[in-house]
Amino acid sequence: MNTPAPKVPVQPFSPEDLARRKRRATAMAIGLGLLVILFFITTLIKLGSGIMERTM
Amino acid sequence: MTDTSHDVASTSLTTQLGGQGSLEDYLALLKPRVMSLVVFSGVVGLVAAPGHVHPWIGFIAILCIAIGAGASGALNMWYDADIDAVMKRTASRPVPRGAILPGEALGFGLALAIGSVLVLGLLVNLLSAALLAFTIFFYVVIYTMWLKRWTPQNIVIGGAAGAFPPMVAWAAAAGTIDAGSIALFLLIFFWTPPHFWALALFREGDYAKAGVPMLPNVAGRPETKKQILIYSVLLLPVTALPLLTGTAGMIYAVGAAALTLNFLFHAIRVFKAATREAEDRLAKKLFGYSIVWLFAVLALVLFEHSFALPLFKAFI
Repeated sequence: MNTPAPKVPVQPFSPEDLARRKRRATAMAIGLGLLVILFFITTLIKLGSGIMERTM
Repeated sequence: MTDTSHDVASTSLTTQLGGQGSLEDYLALLKPRVMSLVVFSGVVGLVAAPGHVHPWIGFIAILCIAIGAGASGALNMWYDADIDAVMKRTASRPVPRGAILPGEALGFGLALAIGSVLVLGLLVNLLSAALLAFTIFFYVVIYTMWLKRWTPQNIVIGGAAGAFPPMVAWAAAAGTIDAGSIALFLLIFFWTPPHFWALALFREGDYAKAGVPMLPNVAGRPETKKQILIYSVLLLPVTALPLLTGTAGMIYAVGAAALTLNFLFHAIRVFKAATREAEDRLAKKLFGYSIVWLFAVLALVLFEHSFALPLFKAFI
């Protein structure tokens, strides 16, 4: 008499878990995008008019 | 039957794996209500600082201070999950509720703490970044890990962490630590003990159950009421400091004096309360008023710098 093997779930995350994960990933992507914009605008502001005086 | 066993297996596995927290849970880790006070006091520090700061740089400074404060909240909830689980006020926080694993809260808090300090240092200035790093360290290590479980003076010394934000913002705008920023620091520092001890009076059972040595369950309620009164009296001269350092003017002087006398009146009522029921009721009132007091006093500084002083200068 073999004992039945324990059931291993095919998908460990429920659809709700996956939906939450997607929302978290989207929020993280938006956050990173905003960080890029933050650095870009700040660079322009810090350089100021100096950006026009660079050697070409 | 099969479906049920599958569900149980899935639930236990996902709980171990984590990844259960929603965006709202992560937002709750940042302690948004505390963050709103930090942002407001930061804006006051930024506006009251001498010199001119570009609005965009000012915005980044406040954003970094807000995220740094949120990081401190997340790290606090990671470390204090055991205490939070037994206190009624905090039992529904994401970590004790099981929505977010302690390791996830730790990772989230560390990432935000390091990120906010780095961005502030790179985009604004190093002094403000160093102060923000120290603030986070002070709140998480000195207050949460050490003082909170060790001494009933926890919130007196730990109160410094909540008082630093205007100083960080001031440093972001002016690049210095001046008497004016120290005055704003002291304002919040001396406000913290009566604010939290009022809360501790009507939540005494909660703190005792969690084994947190707050003043009422260590030194007793009469001593707590006395200490609340002492710190409320001390608030009067401390409230005058922004005036003496030139950070605030006469509108502030009149408004802050009236607000602080009312604070003292509330504290005297708590001190004189004869029954436990009256103590709890009046302590709740003092707690609510103390929040209004801090917002109003800081708003007076903000008003003077944003509207009154520019208007005054325009006429002379």
